[in-house]
Amino acid sequence: MTARLAPLALAALAAALPLLPGVPAFWVTLGSYVGIAAIVALGIVVLTGVAAVVSFGQAMFVGFGAYTTAILTTRYGWPAFATLPVAIAITGLLAWGIGAITLRLKGHYLPVATIAWNISFFYLTGSLDFFRRFDGISGIPPIDLLGFSFSDPVRFYLLTLAALVIFVAITRNLLDSRVGRSVRALKGGVIAAESFGVDTGRARILAFVYAAILAGVAGWLYAHFQRAINPSPFNITASIDYLLMAVAGGVGQIGGALLGAALVTIVRDKLQDVLPLLVGTQGNYESIVFGFVLILILQFAPEGLWPHLRALTGRRVARAHPAQSAAEPIRAERTDLAARREVLRVEALRKTFGGLVAVNDLGFSVAQGEIVGLIGPNGAGKSTSFNLITGVLPASGGRITVMGQEVGGWPARRIATLGVARTFQHVKLVHGMSVIENVALGSHLLGRAGAIAGSLRLDRAEEAGIFAKARRQLERVGLAEQAETVASELALGQQRLVEIARALCLDPLLLLLDEPAAGLRHAEKEALADLLRRVRADGVSVLLVEHDMDFVMGLTDRLVVMNFGAELAQGRPAEIQANPLVVEAYLGSAA
Amino acid sequence: MDLSIALILLQDGIVNAAIYALLALALVLVFTVTRVIYVPIGEFVSFGALTLAALEAGRVPGTVWLLLIFGIAAAAVELWSLRQGGSGRRIVGCLLRNVVGPAIIAATVALLAPAKPGQLVQVLLALAVTAPLSLVLYDTVYRPLANATVLALLIVSVALHFALVGLGLIFFGAEGSRTAALSGASFTIGPVFVTGQSVAILALTAGLIVALYLFFDRTLVGKALRATAVNRLGARLVGISPLFSARLAFGLAGLIGALGGILVSPLTTIYYDTGFLIGLKGFVAAIIGGLVSYPIAAGAAILVGVLESYASFFASELKEVIVFMLIVPILLVRSYGTTVLEDEE
Amino acid sequence: MSLSASLLEVERLSVAYGRVEAVREISLSVPEGAIVTILGPNGAGKTTLLNALMGILPARGRVRFAGRDLAIRTIEGRVADGMSLVPEKRELFVSMTVEDNLRLGGFRRRGTAAFDETLHRMWRVFPRLAERRTQLAGTLSGGERQMLAMARALMSGPKLLMLDEPSLGLAPLIVREIFRIVAELRDAGVSILLVEQNARAALELADSGYVLENGEVVLQGPAVDLRGDERVVATYLGIRAAAGA
Repeated sequence: MTARLAPLALAALAAALPLLPGVPAFWVTLGSYVGIAAIVALGIVVLTGVAAVVSFGQAMFVGFGAYTTAILTTRYGWPAFATLPVAIAITGLLAWGIGAITLRLKGHYLPVATIAWNISFFYLTGSLDFFRRFDGISGIPPIDLLGFSFSDPVRFYLLTLAALVIFVAITRNLLDSRVGRSVRALKGGVIAAESFGVDTGRARILAFVYAAILAGVAGWLYAHFQRAINPSPFNITASIDYLLMAVAGGVGQIGGALLGAALVTIVRDKLQDVLPLLVGTQGNYESIVFGFVLILILQFAPEGLWPHLRALTGRRVARAHPAQSAAEPIRAERTDLAARREVLRVEALRKTFGGLVAVNDLGFSVAQGEIVGLIGPNGAGKSTSFNLITGVLPASGGRITVMGQEVGGWPARRIATLGVARTFQHVKLVHGMSVIENVALGSHLLGRAGAIAGSLRLDRAEEAGIFAKARRQLERVGLAEQAETVASELALGQQRLVEIARALCLDPLLLLLDEPAAGLRHAEKEALADLLRRVRADGVSVLLVEHDMDFVMGLTDRLVVMNFGAELAQGRPAEIQANPLVVEAYLGSAA
Repeated sequence: MDLSIALILLQDGIVNAAIYALLALALVLVFTVTRVIYVPIGEFVSFGALTLAALEAGRVPGTVWLLLIFGIAAAAVELWSLRQGGSGRRIVGCLLRNVVGPAIIAATVALLAPAKPGQLVQVLLALAVTAPLSLVLYDTVYRPLANATVLALLIVSVALHFALVGLGLIFFGAEGSRTAALSGASFTIGPVFVTGQSVAILALTAGLIVALYLFFDRTLVGKALRATAVNRLGARLVGISPLFSARLAFGLAGLIGALGGILVSPLTTIYYDTGFLIGLKGFVAAIIGGLVSYPIAAGAAILVGVLESYASFFASELKEVIVFMLIVPILLVRSYGTTVLEDEE
Repeated sequence: MSLSASLLEVERLSVAYGRVEAVREISLSVPEGAIVTILGPNGAGKTTLLNALMGILPARGRVRFAGRDLAIRTIEGRVADGMSLVPEKRELFVSMTVEDNLRLGGFRRRGTAAFDETLHRMWRVFPRLAERRTQLAGTLSGGERQMLAMARALMSGPKLLMLDEPSLGLAPLIVREIFRIVAELRDAGVSILLVEQNARAALELADSGYVLENGEVVLQGPAVDLRGDERVVATYLGIRAAAGA
């Protein structure tokens, strides 16, 4: 309970700062700068820390907000508050446009492109008359709401603080929602998320636009605080400053952004006063110190300072998801047990990588309520076949039919809508997300709530249902106790079970399991086999790749054996064990 | 615009492009071998030029101090990493490389600088002071981060860039310098007035590119660098140490950057922070080459140089905007068509 | 040096990925001049074991090679000591020529007489590579890639050659060719640690063997004994009845 109250207490303390006796006036001013910077850094936490998109261009979005209000108030006489929605809209739209172009870029191209955008913005504002060139725009009015003026530093400080508190709350809510989970899945879980119906491209743009809007609001505040702007505070150097704040504080957590913004702003202010006295001459000493401090932080505390601070206080603040009964969401289309229809048909499936044929004219089918094993020696093409069936990889040839629907060329997230769920050979759980949140990601397609509903907590009923379902699936795989554990802290075998629970959350008609028993102890394997038999009894079909032959032979109805990418044999387990071709494929022939 | 102006602009563009091409090659080299995007390459341009300018004036250049300071820092970092199980030989080797070596270079420069030796000696001294700075920076800053992600390394590069610009202001001051031309000759070809300096830049750039090509194509050490770029684990399995490759790549990059600065400084006044923009344009070219292709990067450098030259004539104020916005569509084209899902590290 | 002296001595080696131990307390030894094979089904920990021995993965336990403790030795250091690994994925320099790949294999011995001598010997042992000298490694067939990987590993003049599934994905004829070359190498004095899935071929060639299951040694002994052991078959196909017999 204290953990929940700590942020509120901190906000109250910050609000009381100007009232405390003996607090110098410039502390309040400095506090406003900290607040403005913290709003920008908060956006970077969502963008970089959560969505794994590195931007060297956040100052440009601050500039969008600042220039929008500067131009509207000085040139067209708009009142300050009226420009806020316009500033948000312009920043958001431009970010969406820039994001739509730039976020297509992969890997390190993306941060580089943001550098290019930011430098271009700097020279554009610096050379066009519309922006008053490098002289900038002055005479911006203070914020005034229905006659209540925020020109007083204390009032402005409180306004900034209020904005910060609101954004912290919105950010927390957003990250804790259905849409938030899809954004969080961007870090290490793109393929997994796509396989459960998440459009990760949209999630990236959402994070980008959200971070930009926060920056834009910060810019709006900045313009009315400074009352004059020019291109310099929106240059690439400022962008790097914001990134520095987030990285130094801890880009993975909201607290990190606040800590980083406070630390960097205050320390720089002190350095600017102290360093010239120490060294005796003029120079950019703070940029030297800053550069090296950032390097040292990355060398010694790559996660930032916040986790260390939290370790000192010894508290973990995590949002628990209490067990509660709620209406679980279900897939509209349910299995009809009577109809033993064909769930999956694969015909002449082919995949080549360069000259290498990984899957060679493979063909088989899976009927409803059947467990089929796909086995074969290393490198036979089993996992590749899985990736082709689920749309993670495009096939080079052949036909895949799921529930009577040909799915050639469909992306993974669309195939998932047919009721296909899977696990992965190399476990793909989202780092840093709790076990139950990872499982809840499996129900993504069963929910509706969007980003705005999530931010404003209008999604609670739906969320309760999703989590009730996730909890029930966790119980089925025997991991209910671990629901609130960070997924990456589980043993590998248990992580595989979490993947199975996540797959069950989709209400699948076809379940594809890639080495589900690897890393499990004997009793756990027995339990897993029991679970899969029960799943089968519900009418779900299972296709599994597995190396543990005891497990496979005892569980499956039918086996498909692959070798060199092609089908070697099909049949009942006993037939396969007796098949000389299969024995030779596994043991080799004597040379 | 008549033909002669067009040709003059083309000449300007190609001369600048030569410098960008050099920097692009250095960036591609460092990235492919170490995955570091070497943003501070621009500082080597500034430092190379300002070091030569100081030597021309008979002063001891500030880079001497930088080299000594970072040499000691590199030694400290390495000794710290050796605190358990470091052999005596490695400790001595570390001190020789990071402290004694820079001290000898510094002493030589300090002795020779007041005597104002000939231009060739000055150029060699400037290179000898500036290029090894890249080595000690690698050992101090990047080596402890050998397992970091590309993005963490990029953030570190940017941080180092800012620190070096700040140090540049301290050690070289705010005023800019222009060095004497390597060649005072000039002549006209048809309508175009050609300076010896332009010819010298193009000739030296071409020479350096050929030398690099021969190094990578004909020598086993050069091939070892390529091998590291192609397959890091494969290279280690045949006994090529990643440290060896990384130092070689950073050393070469430092040399190329400093040389770029020395070549360009007779054409334009160089300030402590000029290098960044020059480096960024080399960077644009390198990025167009995907950070892996030398020929595309060199070709892109010519495109950037010529585009910049014409842009400065038609819309001088938006010159930078035009050059940097060029990068976005090209990046798009480069990453188009590969829509296979990927999990980012 | 006597034939029975151990070149590689491994004691209680464990390798963990996170909290999961993929290899648990494995002890084994490779005598000078011997072929030792490590068998076992997929996922038994064979590749993990070899990668740990080469220093690619961190491990607990003791590894001694030619009398030297390898605890803090880097990959390159182990190559210099005389270990060489042909990894499962080959790890060739695909955009470089066959000859460049080979020469780089001898990087640490460049400029010596032994370098030239080994290079010539490789062209003789692998005539198919000699034919493809100037071709890029990425254009080779699977079997040729495996040969190139072996030849490249031999260029450093190793005392111990570790092969990770050399027969993986290769047609039987080429597998036979590669196993013939492995036998020749042993006769030339190179000790060999052979990880194989093709148990029958490996046991015909090897002097002794270890069978791994779930990261642990479940069977070990002279190859002759393992050849007839029903339990080897059982580990691969999960026929418990046979194991009980």
